[in-house]
Amino acid sequence: MTLITGASRRAFLASAGGGLALLTLAPAIAWADAKMVADEIAKLFGGKTLKEGRIKLDLPSIAENGLVVPLSFEVESPMTEADYVKSVHFFAEGNPSPLIASFTFTPLAPKAAASIRIRLAQTQNIVAVAEMSNGDVYTAKKEVKVTIGGCGG
Amino acid sequence: MATPTPRVRMPSTAKAGDVIEVKTLISHEMESGQRKDASGKAIPRKIIKQFVATFNGKELFRADWHPAISANPYQSFFVRVPESGTFVFQWIDDDGSVYKSEHKITVG
Repeated sequence: MTLITGASRRAFLASAGGGLALLTLAPAIAWADAKMVADEIAKLFGGKTLKEGRIKLDLPSIAENGLVVPLSFEVESPMTEADYVKSVHFFAEGNPSPLIASFTFTPLAPKAAASIRIRLAQTQNIVAVAEMSNGDVYTAKKEVKVTIGGCGG
Repeated sequence: MATPTPRVRMPSTAKAGDVIEVKTLISHEMESGQRKDASGKAIPRKIIKQFVATFNGKELFRADWHPAISANPYQSFFVRVPESGTFVFQWIDDDGSVYKSEHKITVG
């Protein structure tokens, strides 16, 4: 690995930090929080009880770069016409907007699993909600610590 | 911005019923609408909002993306190959453009 030293290293870190700062210093009018995420979930699923389990979330505990955080998941299901995962939704409790992504599956898919890369503005909880074909709703949550420019945060 | 180029990685042959992982990537800035330019003006949002995968015309998988998706979005998922046919992957941009990639697979 090449070592970046002196002024060029500082310039590099400054530009990397600058990019993140732009993401973080967005207008603070409607910054998402746990309540907004709960509201979004209530909008989608009404008063349904959210059960724990069945969702396997794969997210790093510590993300060095909040601009690219790998997210993988798998929901336990036989994926047959009679019993499959209809959709999986992801929410962020500390991003400018609570929605990250929604996935729609069909029984033609062999498993309800996928991977994406997401942006996280700060340390926060990621909430996953999976809706089964029989109407059951499952949820899982994981905290991701985001270190910005390696200076903690 | 250059025209987004989709890249898809999947085998071109499979056995009937095989489960394969499809890995896709598309070059796109995914401008979140949160950033400001040098003069302090907000840069308008421009992201790919949806990804759809179909096999022989039937929808298999769909992803709705929001601005929290990283630039050059990566998406991997799993498919079962029941028969020979064509996978069509489509990325739908905020401005209405559709970027398309087709992959034939032979079962044998």
